[in-house]
Amino acid sequence: MKRHTLKTLATVASLAAILFLGACKKKAAPPPPPPPPPPPAPTASISVSPDTIQQGQSATLSWQTSNATDVSIDGIGAVQASGSQQVSPSDSTTYHLTAKGAGGTQEASTRLTVTQPPPPPPPPPAPGPSDEDLFGRNVRDIYFDFDKSDIRPDQQATMQADAQFLNQHPNINFLIEGHCDERGSIEYNLALGDRRASSVKNALVAVGVSASRIKTISYGKEKPFCLEHTEECWQENRRGHFVYQK
Amino acid sequence: MIVSILSKRTYRATILSYGISFYPDSLPGSNTMDDSFPRASKSGLAGSRLLYAVRLLLLCSLCAATCIAQDWVRTGSGLGVEKVRLAIPDFKPATSDPQTVPLLKTFNDTFWDDLDNSGVVELVSKSFYPLQTPGQPMEVTFAAWNTPPPNAAMLAFGNLGVANGKLTVLGWLYDVKNTGSPQVLGKQYTDVASDDGARAIAHKFADDIIFRLGGGIPGIAETKIYFVSDRSGQKEIWVMDYDGANQRQLTHQNSISLSPRISPDGTRLAFSSLTKTGWDILMFSTDLDRLVTFPRFGGTNLSPSWSPDASKLAFSSSRSGDSEIYLCDPNGGNLRRMTANQGPDVSPAWNRKTGAQIAFVSGRTGLPQIYTMEADGTNQQRMTDQGYAVSPNWSPNGQFLALAWIRQYGPGEPGSSDIYLMDIASRQWVQLTHDGGHNDFPYWSPDGRHIVFQSSRSGREEIWMMLADGTKLHQLTFTGRNTQPNWSWK
Repeated sequence: MKRHTLKTLATVASLAAILFLGACKKKAAPPPPPPPPPPPAPTASISVSPDTIQQGQSATLSWQTSNATDVSIDGIGAVQASGSQQVSPSDSTTYHLTAKGAGGTQEASTRLTVTQPPPPPPPPPAPGPSDEDLFGRNVRDIYFDFDKSDIRPDQQATMQADAQFLNQHPNINFLIEGHCDERGSIEYNLALGDRRASSVKNALVAVGVSASRIKTISYGKEKPFCLEHTEECWQENRRGHFVYQK
Repeated sequence: MIVSILSKRTYRATILSYGISFYPDSLPGSNTMDDSFPRASKSGLAGSRLLYAVRLLLLCSLCAATCIAQDWVRTGSGLGVEKVRLAIPDFKPATSDPQTVPLLKTFNDTFWDDLDNSGVVELVSKSFYPLQTPGQPMEVTFAAWNTPPPNAAMLAFGNLGVANGKLTVLGWLYDVKNTGSPQVLGKQYTDVASDDGARAIAHKFADDIIFRLGGGIPGIAETKIYFVSDRSGQKEIWVMDYDGANQRQLTHQNSISLSPRISPDGTRLAFSSLTKTGWDILMFSTDLDRLVTFPRFGGTNLSPSWSPDASKLAFSSSRSGDSEIYLCDPNGGNLRRMTANQGPDVSPAWNRKTGAQIAFVSGRTGLPQIYTMEADGTNQQRMTDQGYAVSPNWSPNGQFLALAWIRQYGPGEPGSSDIYLMDIASRQWVQLTHDGGHNDFPYWSPDGRHIVFQSSRSGREEIWMMLADGTKLHQLTFTGRNTQPNWSWK
């Protein structure tokens, strides 16, 4: 143990002597001229804004360097020491900036994430059928017997279905047109068509459809649906015709 | 069916007076309507063919005597009565102005047509005329005219000249059987030298002759006919001369305009038109050539009709829910309802002589029938016994209704719509049209000798005109569809 301790002391003492001597020597010699300072190391930074785009969009790439003589960005090439540029890559890209200068090389990088555009939105869920469509699909015209304006028995079911729909859609306003076949006289047919339209209106009002929603008009035989001179055609033309009103 | 028209009397009325008379006949099998006929019809009489021996005699001449056997009755002014035979040689040119020839042709054609359509005279065929025709009195050779073949009783002649843009016509009417004092009329007319001027003079001279030979009833050559035409693409109101000339559009509503009715003084035209609010009565001023204010009543307003004194307008309105006959003042004020029943009431027509009754159409019992009532709404009487009867129009003498009637009517049985006359007092009727097509909206001329109506006999609805006995039928319109004629009052 003693010998080990002595060894350690000797080492420390010799080191101290070296240090002491060395210090004495420095003080003793005139300092040499300082070496030229090493050229400053270049700095570099790069950023992209925004850092995430959708394919097809563009982002702004900005970079700054100093103490660099040769600045380049991978994929773009040599660039100015500082600057910005619009980029619009189709895939995610890491922009790697290399700034070389006398002081060395500095690198920086930034990543622009490109997302695939969302698939075209699925066609919006078919909009609920409009009131007008529903009206057209559900409300059926009422047909009349020749020279008559009362709702005949075989039209009662249609009448009830119409009334039910119209009561379920209380915001729909509508027009009832009274039409006649071509056989009668112009003036009488206009009065008859008026009665047909009123007859349909009255039947609806009787089961709760608000009269304020209903307009009536007679066309007599002025606007026939069918132009042939047959009984089938005449029946087509003897009707109360529903028209949706916005 | 044999209908005999027997002469029981000889009428020596005032020479050349004019009228239509129904004479109830008591032939076996004939029937006359009475107030209870609808009931009678239902109880079975409708099945049997009602025989009405109807005699319509036009007192145009010295005697009335004929006998015809047909399945329908031909009535009126041509039957076995000799009308005055009038010869009209073409008028002569009096000047050499280049306008003379075309104007002379217009004059001669118009003058001939006016007299031919008048129903008052029988024109002697030009093929019977002597080679030398007169242009002035000294050229008349009586013997060439008052003996066969022309055998004319009257001779109208004259000449036409153009000078300084003026058209001058000298015209004479001679009684060629009275060689001692032949002149009945000697007239001079002046107008601008134009086609219209020549037509106007022809109408005036024709009316003067008709007035003289037709029992003092003014002629109609200067009257107008209002009607509905779709030739512009929409149904609008049009007007034309009584002979179909000078057709022109009055309204420009661009919707549907119907049922024109000119006021007695000719200054206002009431009609029914589809507006933003529905069917309204509109009023058109013929003086101002535009619409004038008239109130909107609400509901469906149709078929206006002027009272003969122009103090009231009757029309149909559904403003209370059901179509009823209303009256109002000419400005639309003082509205009051005349009818109150289920079923459409439309197409009122005033008694043009008295202004005290109104005929109208009512569907109160089902198919439309003609009714009459007092102008205050009382005493409503059904006039037609069956079928589909519409469009009544009261004759100027107050005695007859013209109407459109489908006597046999029902589903699958369209029948034919024809023009009929009905004697108000006896409710006897006579059918005037037989020639097919749908015939509707008869309207009397102011002289009571003519009826204008719409007919589809040509394949399309057009305006036609005939004498009140169904003869002298001719078409007035040829472009588009033309309906609902309305004759001016004078």
